[in-house]
Amino acid sequence: MDPAAAKLIGAGLASIALVGAGIGIGIIFGNYLAGALRNPSAAPGQFANLLLGFALAEATGLFGLVVALIILFVF
Amino acid sequence: MAAATGADHGGGGFPDPMHQFEIHRLVPLKIFNIDASFTNSSLFMVIVILLISLFLFLSVKSRSLVPGRMQSVAEIAYEFVANMIRDNVGTAGMKYFPFIFTLFMFVLGCNIMGMVPYSFTVTSHIIITFALAAVVFIGVTIIGFAKHGFSFLKFFVPSGIPVFLLPLLVVIEVISYLTRPISLSVRLFANMMAGHTMLKVFGSFVIAMGFWGGWAPLIFLVPFTGLEILVAFLQAYVFAILTCIYLNDALHMHH
Repeated sequence: MDPAAAKLIGAGLASIALVGAGIGIGIIFGNYLAGALRNPSAAPGQFANLLLGFALAEATGLFGLVVALIILFVF
Repeated sequence: MAAATGADHGGGGFPDPMHQFEIHRLVPLKIFNIDASFTNSSLFMVIVILLISLFLFLSVKSRSLVPGRMQSVAEIAYEFVANMIRDNVGTAGMKYFPFIFTLFMFVLGCNIMGMVPYSFTVTSHIIITFALAAVVFIGVTIIGFAKHGFSFLKFFVPSGIPVFLLPLLVVIEVISYLTRPISLSVRLFANMMAGHTMLKVFGSFVIAMGFWGGWAPLIFLVPFTGLEILVAFLQAYVFAILTCIYLNDALHMHH
C-alpha cells in the first residue's frame, strides 16, 4: 500500500476515539439528568462535578485527535 | 503585526485551518545558541497578563464596601477560586491560593483571548500547557515530600489490597501518577486546538459555499462559537480544579 494512503487511513482510524468520548459524555449528562430529576434540590451542588466529568470525558476523545495529528504531521 | 496570524489562505485557495497556530518571530533574540525570540505567542502572553493585572488592579483600587461592577467581577473570580480550593483541598490549601488563582486567570485569559478574531491562542501549543502542567506536577510532588517526608511514597501503595496484588498495583499507581502532567497538558492543548481548527474549518465552508449556500454552515458556526467560549472557561476550570485535586493528594494523602 502507498505509505501516504496508509497514513491517511491511520489518521482516520484514530478518530474512532470519538466513539468513546461520545458514549462517555452521554452517560455523564444522562445520569446527571436522571439524578437531578429524582432529587432536584441536590442537583445544583453537583453541577461542578458534571462539568468536570464532561471535560474529562471530552478530553479522552481529543487524545485520539492528537494521535491523528501525530500520524499526519510527525511521521 | 499580530493580525497576520488570522485568515491567511494556504495553497490551493482553500484556507489552511492550521495556519492560525503558526509562531512568528517578532523580535529575533539568541542567547547562548538558545532561540529566545519574542514571538507572537509571547506577545499574546504579555497582553493577557497585562489585561488581567490591569483589570484586577483597577477593580480593587476603590475598595468600596458595596462593590461596583468591576469590583464585583473581581470578587466573583476570587470567591470562585477560593471556594474551589476550600471544597477540594480544605483550608490547608488556602496557602496556595495565589498560585492557583494566577494559574486559573492566566489559562482563562489565554483561552478567552484566543476567541478574539485574528488573535493567537497561547494555550493551543503543547509546550505552553506542558510547562504549566510540569510546574504543577513538580511543585505538588515537592510539597508532598516536604510535608510527609519519605512516607509520601505510601501514596503509591493502596491500602486494603491482597499482598500478592501489590507489585502490580504499585506499578499502575506510579504510572498513573507520572501521566498526570501529560494528561493535564494534552487535555488543555487538544481542546483549544481542536476547537479552533473546527471553527476555522466551518468558517472555510462558509467561504467555499458562496453567498447563497454559506448561510447553512454559518448557522452552525454561531452556536459552535458559543460552545468554544464555554469550553475556554471549562478547560481553565478543569485545569485549576485538577491542580487542586493533585494538591489535595499531596497534602492529605487520603486513599
